[in-house]
Amino acid sequence: MSTKSIVIIGATSAIAHGVAKLYARDHARFALVARNAANLEVVAQDLRARGAEHVSTFIADLKDVARHDEIVAYAVRDLGTMDVVILAHGLLKEQHEIDNNADATLDVFEVNANSMISLAHRFGCALERQGSGSLVGLSSVAGERGRRALYAYGAAKSAVTAFLSGMRGRYLPLGINVLTVKPGPVDTPMTKGRTLPLMATVDTVAKDIANAIEKRKHVLYTPGIWRIVMVVMRAIPEGIFQRLKI
Amino acid sequence: MDCRRVDRRYCYRSNVGALVSSNVTSWGRFPQAEHTSAAAPEWREQLINEVKKHDSLLAFGLGRSYGDVCLNDGAALVRMHRYSHILSFDRTTGVLRAESGLSIAEMLSVVVPAGWFTPVTPGTKFVTLGGAVANDVHGKNHHKVGTFGCHVRAFELLRSDGTTHVCTPTQNQGLFRATIGGMGLTGIITWVEIQLTPIASRMIEEQSIKARSLQEVVDLTEASDADWDYTVSWVDVMASGAALGKGILLRGRFASQHDGTLAKPHPRPLLSVPVDGPHWLLSNPTIRLFNTFWYHKQLGREHHRMVDIEPFFYPLDAVGSWNRLYGKRGMLQYQCVVPMQDGVATMKSVIRELQKGSVASFLAVVKKFGTIESPGLMSFPKPGLTLTLDMPNSGKKLFDALDRCDEIVAAAGGRVYAAKDARINGQRFIGMYEHYREFVDHIDPRCSSSFWRRIHNS
Repeated sequence: MSTKSIVIIGATSAIAHGVAKLYARDHARFALVARNAANLEVVAQDLRARGAEHVSTFIADLKDVARHDEIVAYAVRDLGTMDVVILAHGLLKEQHEIDNNADATLDVFEVNANSMISLAHRFGCALERQGSGSLVGLSSVAGERGRRALYAYGAAKSAVTAFLSGMRGRYLPLGINVLTVKPGPVDTPMTKGRTLPLMATVDTVAKDIANAIEKRKHVLYTPGIWRIVMVVMRAIPEGIFQRLKI
Repeated sequence: MDCRRVDRRYCYRSNVGALVSSNVTSWGRFPQAEHTSAAAPEWREQLINEVKKHDSLLAFGLGRSYGDVCLNDGAALVRMHRYSHILSFDRTTGVLRAESGLSIAEMLSVVVPAGWFTPVTPGTKFVTLGGAVANDVHGKNHHKVGTFGCHVRAFELLRSDGTTHVCTPTQNQGLFRATIGGMGLTGIITWVEIQLTPIASRMIEEQSIKARSLQEVVDLTEASDADWDYTVSWVDVMASGAALGKGILLRGRFASQHDGTLAKPHPRPLLSVPVDGPHWLLSNPTIRLFNTFWYHKQLGREHHRMVDIEPFFYPLDAVGSWNRLYGKRGMLQYQCVVPMQDGVATMKSVIRELQKGSVASFLAVVKKFGTIESPGLMSFPKPGLTLTLDMPNSGKKLFDALDRCDEIVAAAGGRVYAAKDARINGQRFIGMYEHYREFVDHIDPRCSSSFWRRIHNS
């Protein structure tokens, strides 16, 4: 990996920080955006200590779509040319937490879909203006199919996956890569210490992501086994799928 | 643990109902414990809130201590592994400050390429900085540099009343000395600042020399300690007669030439033990066979080679979860130190006691501790010879033999290491630590551990 200029939205997320650590070792330059100022400052200190050449921070509630242009302007001003833009913010609410609450369901959509799509679109345009770069969006295997246990989150991730696919088509001829990351369950604070099937560590997933960015891949299932699992999942007829306890 | 196979007296599993099982174990996997909560805060605010929630709590790092010093049966643990950001690292002076959940493994991945190494390392790199302070860990270079605590410039302690205290050798000295080796009982260590050691290469000049008896092991160690930064010996505690304590001395020092190896990436563990081993896997005959093989695999008297940091310091880290080989009943480790005066004779009595109880130990380790004193009140190392043994948990026979070993060690003016212990008599333990009274005054009223309660109830 050569020295890169990297924008990270949702920089306090464990997966984003995991990827950033790998680039910090190679003296990358970072523009970090997150909501919690104290936590973001700790992440910034960590990346500096690990060898980052430059780290700046920007505090914003990412649900506030009105500020998204400001975020893009900050990143462009701070880094000049952006090599990689990572969209990593997210909110995991389990279905039973929001089953009887339409507002909470839409809230899940706002953070995971609207805000993600808004930023993907705006950063896409900025990369188009500079004529280079990679856009990385964190989606999820949960977006492949609606499941009774996690469908609001899944539907939002599904929207992100489809949107990023389309963007990839749009930017492919311009030499700008769009990478959709679909992790399975990862042992992060987001999964709240539960043990889930095929659970991966942040380190494994972060390494896969950095590798996919370098190789300019289009879609990354991480760990790789999920590519196969999802082929099977997608093939199960709906009537059977919705009766399975998964 | 499987209580059907072992006398219940040696099984400390609690029977408190309605507990959250969190699958947290110590490295020996004995005793087992159940915790009411085992949250893993990532941010300072979460940590502070978590500490406020519980009446009895204990910080838990990576669970590499062997017995119950890291457990808090029937109460709460605060798992620290996510609280692991590096706060600053000065590449010119080698001063690093990090949140206490940072592992030595992760720290090395950052500092080694910059030409620095941990001043002291235990036999595994999967320990947190907080755990290294709380157990005041030592390494193969104790005779040169003392314990981990000797290299701590400062740390911050979060007490259960919500107050924070920055402790250094001169500021809040009482808490500083009580927390180093304080087994997590003085509060939660939030960050640690240490002075690293400069290195020019990842490679270590290593020599291994065969010794035909324990006396020869000690003589070789004494002859090596001046010129070699790292010395340790593997001894065969199952050999008897004149060969008692025969073994192999390993001595090493970092290559002093810049050879470009610092930038090499760290290797990852290749294998992991996925399931518990059957109970016969590590039993007397197999261990005897292994020890014989280990001694004879080196054909000549002396071997010289250049080795990487990983095989030299962390040979067992190459196999993930190797502790599972000992099966469901778990294993016990025993580590004692006895003064140099009559040290060899005392150590021989300890080994004979174990042989009498037909206790099998896989790779016993002997090391001579130096005279550098740790600031820690409850720090284990003191000048003398230390012996470490790993043993399958074979129940009463083993516990009785270890009780007799404690007696010999105590009579000689030695100590047993809490981080390895799962069974010592409380009064016996307290009698080994002369600063115990002073230490007790600094304990946080809401911090406790299975170990500490056991010490005070036996």
